[in-house]
Amino acid sequence: MESFSLLLQGLSTALEPMILLYALVGVTLGTAVGVLPGIGPALTVALLLPVTYGLDPAGSLIMFAGIYYGGMYGGSTTSILLNTPGESASIVTAIEGNRMARAGRGGPALATAAIGSFVAGLIATLLLAFLAPQVVKLALMLGPREYFALMVLAFVTVSATFGDSTLRGLTSLFIGLALACVGIDGLTGAARLTYGVPQLMDGIETTTLAVALFAIGEALAVAATLQPPDGMHKVKGSVRMTGEDWRRSWKAWLRGTFIGFPIGSMPAGGADVASFLSYAAERKLTKHPEEFGNGAIEGVAGPEAANNAAAAGTLVPLLTLGLPTTATAAIMLAGFQQFGLQPGPLLFVMNAELVWGLIASLLIANVMLVVLNLPLIGLWIKLLSIPRPWLYGGILLFATLGTIGVNPSPVELGMLILFGVMGYGMRLYGYPVAPVVVGLILGPMAEQQLRRALAIAQGDWGTLISTPVSAVLLGISAVFLLVPMLMRLRGRGSVLSQVAGDAD
Amino acid sequence: MKHAFLGAALAAALAVPAFAQDYTIIAPANPGGGWDGTARAMQEVLQAEGIAPSVEVVNVPGAGGTVGLAQFVADSAGDPTKLIVGGYVMVGAILTNAAPVTLKDVTPIARLTGDTEAIVVPAASEIQTLGELVEKMKADPGSVSWAGGSAGGTDHILVGLLAKVAGVDPTKINYVAFSGGGEAMAAILGNQVTAGVSSVGEFQEQVKAGTMRLLAVSSAERLEGIDAPTIKESGFDVVVENWRMVAAAPGLSDEQVAKISGDIEKLNASAGWTKMLADKGWTNTYLAGDAFAAQLDADIAATEAVLRDIGLVK
Repeated sequence: MESFSLLLQGLSTALEPMILLYALVGVTLGTAVGVLPGIGPALTVALLLPVTYGLDPAGSLIMFAGIYYGGMYGGSTTSILLNTPGESASIVTAIEGNRMARAGRGGPALATAAIGSFVAGLIATLLLAFLAPQVVKLALMLGPREYFALMVLAFVTVSATFGDSTLRGLTSLFIGLALACVGIDGLTGAARLTYGVPQLMDGIETTTLAVALFAIGEALAVAATLQPPDGMHKVKGSVRMTGEDWRRSWKAWLRGTFIGFPIGSMPAGGADVASFLSYAAERKLTKHPEEFGNGAIEGVAGPEAANNAAAAGTLVPLLTLGLPTTATAAIMLAGFQQFGLQPGPLLFVMNAELVWGLIASLLIANVMLVVLNLPLIGLWIKLLSIPRPWLYGGILLFATLGTIGVNPSPVELGMLILFGVMGYGMRLYGYPVAPVVVGLILGPMAEQQLRRALAIAQGDWGTLISTPVSAVLLGISAVFLLVPMLMRLRGRGSVLSQVAGDAD
Repeated sequence: MKHAFLGAALAAALAVPAFAQDYTIIAPANPGGGWDGTARAMQEVLQAEGIAPSVEVVNVPGAGGTVGLAQFVADSAGDPTKLIVGGYVMVGAILTNAAPVTLKDVTPIARLTGDTEAIVVPAASEIQTLGELVEKMKADPGSVSWAGGSAGGTDHILVGLLAKVAGVDPTKINYVAFSGGGEAMAAILGNQVTAGVSSVGEFQEQVKAGTMRLLAVSSAERLEGIDAPTIKESGFDVVVENWRMVAAAPGLSDEQVAKISGDIEKLNASAGWTKMLADKGWTNTYLAGDAFAAQLDADIAATEAVLRDIGLVK
């Protein structure tokens, strides 16, 4: 095992005290910036990249790895505690995580997110180390038609995020799909529904919509209920995970990892899609369907593991092909280049030492992250004991600052407020907000991949089922869609409504 | 020692949104792209070479740079400390978006760097030369699918020009736009498309590893160290260069423009900049003053013509 000895060599370098200190600084800075809503990992890495310039390659790589994983992790904390997802991959974390926090179980929710991220990061980094060249060969076999089939599967399965009423869920989803049409059409360059506003040309920013619907809408809803201003989020029971929590979490972590890593490795996958699919899988497989929507721990454990595994998966095409598939990866690429590290097919041969150093750094950063964050959980959940008017005032401030910080424009702020009011209205009338964001994220992906597939095949729809992968994915989607309908027709709707959380 | 280090790290982290600065550079794109990279490279070298004590980079993403450009013109008029980076893609974006603010509204300072475009096919393809690829396109334009960057961008323009010169109707080309170079490259490597267009640097590692075949480069002359003919040599009179530039605010006095031009000239002449370009794999295509202004006008006219031919500008 040559790779194994190279990895051990990398680890021994990375375990020097000074290097460990760099790792600690990296994860601390990464987590701190990642916690701010609206500021995702891409901006975190871009802002902190200059910090690493002055260091030697070993120190710099490890700090880098720390910032990357720290930034990825930071978003889950605010999702759980404040219902304010910092980036699109933590949106589903907010659904169950925030319910847990409100039920006084914020501690276990944060713990399962931290440990799940650690487990997923660890397994995914090892998969990256030993399987990257093979995984990337498989990923390259997938083209637009397979991605379209994957998006269809995602659409069908994420109906699990729809809450209790399918009609209301679909209404929300279509609002999201309509919003997704705004902006320049990626394939022809034509502007759609922009009404001459240049800021709308690039479409509606996912984080703006998510922060508005979740955080602003929530704050308005709380303000409107006029309850006595405290006593809602009181921490009940231990901040630690119980035996039951562990039993329910570990399978979700593993499933999340094995959903997240391959999807992250696909050039058109992404951590958000991985987290949606993981949530859908947990919801289908759980033994406690009644808890979903009210704070099921699997619904936090799975997606958090999936988004971290996907983050490691993103490094597969980056290192083996030099393909940056996300904005974060593109900035990482810039970071690698400062050491003359030229990612590409020859990287593992030409720069073996640096590559293994990087992988060792990722492992160390991952350990450091859990070491840093587990003790901090006790501190974080104190946030919840802040009196509610102050807490929600703070959330409004941070949400606004985060949005303005990323995109300093009055139009962006206007959208934040507009969608915030919309989020309040949706809460008032019992419409779930998550499907709106899901529609905004998946809609353009599905549309573009479909049109690319058809352009390449010169308009032949048969192309969509012409490969085994796309045919199988579409087949599974059809089964998911049709079987519940057939079961309902045969009068077994009562069994089904339990399985699918579909009460109408 | 530890405290000194932590202090330094924090200071460095806090220095990003510092207050006192000589220049603020607007990167009209998200972090991670070429314009952001150019702005941050300028920031580093301007500070390291002592040309400016403090430089801040602000990202104003959107619509091929036109959002950043409009904001720059509105907010910075007459302010000699504000700069904006941009490039060829912006020329196309202004035209396709029918943007109200154009490059005529800023003060162009200099063209800094350039990228040559390359046309590749997957290694498994039967196509060996650009001539064969064009023949296939002539026979049936739809059968040749091209993977490249955003619609109306440099990659798209190159394919449109090539089609026109080869006598193929540019509106018939089957150009498949991908978001970002990564996805386009994956489609080429995965044999999903007939051919691909992007910058030479982006394909270089793949060509070296033998997973892609480089058919031609878009420069006027052959490139050093790259074993491929130019498009012109292959029999099609097309030369395209993707360049990046820096511009200053409108409404500046001649002295103010001269001061900025002087600083950028110093930047270009510095050893740090030369090293930065080598590290990033960018070609120095420095061109300043009236020569640059004339070149810019020519590029805008040529781009408008080809975008009309493709059908993106009405």
